[in-house]
Amino acid sequence: MANAQNTTAMQAKTAAQAGSMAYIAPLAGWLLPGLGHLIQRRYVRGVLIMLSVFVMFFAGLAMQGKVYSFNVGDLLDILGFIGDLGSGALYFIARNMDWGIGNIHRAIADYGTKYIVVAGLLNVISAVDAYHIAIGKKQ
Amino acid sequence: MTHFNAALVFALCASTVFGITQRNTPREMVRYGAYCFSLFVAGVIVASWAMWLIKR
Repeated sequence: MANAQNTTAMQAKTAAQAGSMAYIAPLAGWLLPGLGHLIQRRYVRGVLIMLSVFVMFFAGLAMQGKVYSFNVGDLLDILGFIGDLGSGALYFIARNMDWGIGNIHRAIADYGTKYIVVAGLLNVISAVDAYHIAIGKKQ
Repeated sequence: MTHFNAALVFALCASTVFGITQRNTPREMVRYGAYCFSLFVAGVIVASWAMWLIKR
């Protein structure tokens, strides 16, 4: 009888933890790339995601790519801002440090702008994946 | 960094994340990541030859 009560209590605790993890993991993953996987003990995946997003983001900055700010003008600029925002803390750091001014005189700078946007989009995919792990849809 | 090197770095990072997020087991992740990488690189080579032909 006591064992059955303990098992039920443990199952309820595990379900509650999984429920809170479903909110924490994607949020953490968005804020710091790979963190959503790391806090769920998927260390190799977390480190690889972190490396990929960091390399893309900082390579984009090194190529003098542009970091979009909030705007309501051109549609492509709005989409660029949404993509950049996907990088989470990296985006806010870059904006605060005035990185990513952009350089229209260099062709490679346009590559850099795309790198930064895609880094954000990849991070969003990773955060969704962390959510799927948290709800048990994926191992 | 040349355009080709930039495309290779892009392909490597994107296919790593695709592999991890779109498949369930480590073996499938590696296979899908390698598949995406090869498609990215093949796409770059085909597009560059297409542009070379258009320019001629």
